[in-house]
Amino acid sequence: MQENQSKRVNIAQGLKGWLGTDTNLLRLMVMTCTIFIVMCLATRGRFLSLPNFQAIGLLFPELAILSLAMMLAMFTGGIDLSVVAIANLSGLVAALIMTRLLPADTATVWVGWTLAGGVVAALVTGVICGAINGMLIARFHISAILATLGTMQLFTGLALVITGGQAITGFPDPFLFAGNGEWWGVPIPFLLFAILAGVLWVIVSRTPFGLQTQLTGSNSLAALFSGIRVPWILFRVYLTTGILASLTGLLMIARTNSAKADYGSSYLLQAILVAVLGGVSPTGGIGSVGGVVTAVIALQMLASGFNMLHFSNFSRDFFWGLFLLLIMVINHYANRRGGGRNG
Amino acid sequence: MAKFSYQHESILLLLLLILSATIGWFNPAFFGPGNLLSILKSCAIPGILALGTLLVLLSGNIDISFPAIAAASMYVTCKLALSAPWLDQMTLLVLLSATIGCLLGLANGVLVHCFNLPALIVTLGTGSLIRGGLLAFVGTRIVANLPSSMIAFSKATLFPIQDAGGQSTGLAISVVIYFVLALVTHLLLMRTMLGRGIYALGGAPESARRIGFPILGIQFFIYSFVGLLAGIAGILHASTVRNANPFDLAGLELTVIAAVVLGGTSITGGRGSVLGVMLGVALLVVLGNSLILLGLPSHWHQVASGLALILGTGLTAWRSRKGQSERGV
Amino acid sequence: MIQLDGISKRFGGVRALQNVSMQLRPGEVHCLAGENGSGKSTLIKVLSGVLRPDCGTITMGQQRVGHLTPIDSVRRGIQVIYQDFSLFPNLTVAENLALNSQLEHREWWVNRRRMWQTARQAMDRLGMTLPLDASVGELPVAQKQLVAIARALVQDARLIVLDEPTTALTHLEVDALFRILRKLRIRGVAILFVSHQLREMQRIGDRYTILRGGQVAASGPADQFDPGRITRTMTGRSITDERHASDHPATGQTLLEVTQLMSEALHGVSLRLHVGERLGLTGLLGSGQTALALALFGLQPVSSGQILWQGRPLSIRSVQDAIDARIAYVPEDRLTEGLFLDQSIERNIIAAHLQSVQGRLGLLAPRRVRRYAQHWRDALTLAAPDVSAPVRSLSGGNQQRVVLAKWLSRKPKLLILNGPTVGVDIGSKEGIHKKLQQLAAEGTSVLMISDDLAELARHTDRVLIMHRGRIVYELAGDNLSEQTINDHLSRLE
Repeated sequence: MQENQSKRVNIAQGLKGWLGTDTNLLRLMVMTCTIFIVMCLATRGRFLSLPNFQAIGLLFPELAILSLAMMLAMFTGGIDLSVVAIANLSGLVAALIMTRLLPADTATVWVGWTLAGGVVAALVTGVICGAINGMLIARFHISAILATLGTMQLFTGLALVITGGQAITGFPDPFLFAGNGEWWGVPIPFLLFAILAGVLWVIVSRTPFGLQTQLTGSNSLAALFSGIRVPWILFRVYLTTGILASLTGLLMIARTNSAKADYGSSYLLQAILVAVLGGVSPTGGIGSVGGVVTAVIALQMLASGFNMLHFSNFSRDFFWGLFLLLIMVINHYANRRGGGRNG
Repeated sequence: MAKFSYQHESILLLLLLILSATIGWFNPAFFGPGNLLSILKSCAIPGILALGTLLVLLSGNIDISFPAIAAASMYVTCKLALSAPWLDQMTLLVLLSATIGCLLGLANGVLVHCFNLPALIVTLGTGSLIRGGLLAFVGTRIVANLPSSMIAFSKATLFPIQDAGGQSTGLAISVVIYFVLALVTHLLLMRTMLGRGIYALGGAPESARRIGFPILGIQFFIYSFVGLLAGIAGILHASTVRNANPFDLAGLELTVIAAVVLGGTSITGGRGSVLGVMLGVALLVVLGNSLILLGLPSHWHQVASGLALILGTGLTAWRSRKGQSERGV
Repeated sequence: MIQLDGISKRFGGVRALQNVSMQLRPGEVHCLAGENGSGKSTLIKVLSGVLRPDCGTITMGQQRVGHLTPIDSVRRGIQVIYQDFSLFPNLTVAENLALNSQLEHREWWVNRRRMWQTARQAMDRLGMTLPLDASVGELPVAQKQLVAIARALVQDARLIVLDEPTTALTHLEVDALFRILRKLRIRGVAILFVSHQLREMQRIGDRYTILRGGQVAASGPADQFDPGRITRTMTGRSITDERHASDHPATGQTLLEVTQLMSEALHGVSLRLHVGERLGLTGLLGSGQTALALALFGLQPVSSGQILWQGRPLSIRSVQDAIDARIAYVPEDRLTEGLFLDQSIERNIIAAHLQSVQGRLGLLAPRRVRRYAQHWRDALTLAAPDVSAPVRSLSGGNQQRVVLAKWLSRKPKLLILNGPTVGVDIGSKEGIHKKLQQLAAEGTSVLMISDDLAELARHTDRVLIMHRGRIVYELAGDNLSEQTINDHLSRLE
């Protein structure tokens, strides 16, 4: 009898522990499901169609990758405002190589090489931009928000100078396939994103680097005193966000078949919004890949649902803002009820 | 208050003078009264927004919703003025726009204070909400036929002069408004307990609470004041460009924050001055102006302002670290 | 006179205060003692009006009130000086001194002349001179505390509450503080001195109140208490007071030999540490103790000098070098330097030793992490059923155990501890000392930096005293006692 009771207590404790660590994610999932159901009902089932899901799968990876990059920067207690600028700059570099180096009569081999060259050049651009951010933040101790605010202007400026503000279009077909194609009905960008998200999940929750990143964000001084090489960690984080941004850039130009210096500037605030919505703490140390992915899916469903209901495009921003504030206020009340001791 | 060393401000002033001298050397047109006046005019709107940002940063927070607030109060005011002709009077319009901005800002204050949420996130949310609401529910069309008082206002100048080309220029009234607002903000920060409370809140929030500063009042004031300034800046902007575009001013938040920080304001709160902010804004505007005068494509503007921000903040970071190691920490 | 009657306060299911009554009389230093979590800080917050008690009354003079608000409390002459002093680092001394009274008078405008006048008067009352236009952030700790006390006096405080005022002060500065408190006592101010340093309470207290578990465990005039009774009342058990000599004397084998170590704060430090020895290090605040620890841990660059580690020269340029040599450092300020408060206990414990929990492909193995953390939790009798709970939820003593676990799990050869029991309650203190003794017996060398003379005298084998970046005295054997350390310390300057 007694044993039975203690067992029950154990189970209750275990459940509470699991919920306690992930209540934010749970709440977010509930909200996502609610959105899904509401949208299905409101559109009389049109929401529940394959093309709709394909459209969602095609559109959300760009924002999702940027949000995951933002999450990494926020883990360290920083932020990366330059992600969209890096994405555009790398996209442009790739675009220049793919269009200017391609002679008129193209042999397939040559197309392959320029494609590879473009992709590599974009990634190298991302690495360089990330390294600049990393140097400024880790070596010169400029606060992340200011350093990346500066580099954002710098990178966007460079992109403008290179192109003179013009868009570059006309990429080879195999490249466009990566941005628009399907594989067994699944959009390629979604597949690429799924692989990337898996890799990031492993990095964040299973590698020493991921753990050290979160510890650094939680308390950088204690991290230093624990033998974590804080500057090196910071440098690598911004390098990673740079690479993720350049991947986004490639995806963007592949989907739209055009590269422009100031494309997608609304992505920046949206990426921060998604990260925060996904439970990433802007003060550092807390967050998860699962949360961010859930958040971005929720927002994309909201957006395409409204689209179907013929709401204006701009109402999306309105509802996203509302959604963010709502979640924060709910979290506030939930946390206060849970842990009033600290008051 | 006492012994304030205006060290950062002096450096900025020096930089500004060197920059101006260099540009003047290459292109004497820089020092023409027309150009100087137009630089001042370009300073006015980012400058007014920067004053509000200064207050938020001083209190240890950040607000990125003010461009949305500015656009919303400006656009709504113009729409109202078109449907209610008796409103067509600049003072009334400015007051109306300021009131709308003030209320929107107050909403930020309520969310930040009452729900104890980080200001970055709140203003991110309200910014998106306000801009989205404006475009989705109020309108997306540019209002080109502004109320006549706004057109008249944009043409009115003080101390009109004839410039070399025979065109008449003068000190735009928006510049006068900017200077008056700057003076008011300066006095507010330095001479009132409210202002000292803002510094105190940024320096040590817990202590400010303990010694009995009315935190609620201070925070409500800060965000309302930001909204109020945004409202004023919005209507002045519409009057300057002679149309009301709800898409305008987007993305300005980062530029304004850059100027404020360049002016020596600490983003962790407690340090900064109106003079520094005005110089920071002027530096960025002159930088932009110079590129045109030097015959460089305008695309270089962003590169230059990015570099200026990186160098400026790098310098501050380096100086504060040096100061720390000298004090033997 | 200020009287508290039957004050109770609950937080959720926890009773922080239960029916607490006490009297604070003018011209008396009243010591409030208790372990961490006994309700001291809750009581302070009730007095300052930050917290509203669930029931009970506060009587001030003739007036009886149910609860106070912060402004109320200040108006009635209650001034609390918190451990962090509640000063504004970005404002000047004059502003820090005068803002309170201007706020109290509900002024709208800053009156500079009166501000300076107020500030100067406050300084005069304490008989000190500090630059009024200096930024407070640039003052040393002791002067910051003086500013905080001076600020309390600006408003004719009737009751000054000092929350652990001596933790950041050196012995000489504590003496100076006590002189000022005595002056205030003569002027008829009531003082509530909150501390868990027995010795200091004995020097200054006229009356004691001891809290345990939110209740008043004992209260009365000073002559009814001796250290033994205070300790027994605080902990509910008696703690032995004699010296814990190593039952396993040092082997004589040298682990670490430092010769003429020079850096910004060290001016030629030489010392030798044996295997299994517990070496104490003390001195006036800022004499180089922490600098030496940081230099040995690779956090402060060394300009010259030699470090011999097990007979071989060792250069420590980074924390990584120190860790590789198996040197561990438990820092001074646990909260800012030792812990990741919002991270789980297990993550805190493995933070410095990720290699040991890596599985295939160098990835972290969650099950291994869990087992590892649980092992060290049990080894250090850490009271936490769930190692995935955040460290924030633990008490001070248990938090210190987490920091210890982080380093002990690396099986260090040299364990450097800086103020290992500051802010730790007496019960946990004893546990930590026992653990250190056991470690030394197993062959770990311990370098303990402390200002707690009793701790040094009882729990080390040898004590070095530093002054101005040099080691000036060495005390060992029969020569080592609280009295002798104190004598040597007072010989400095």
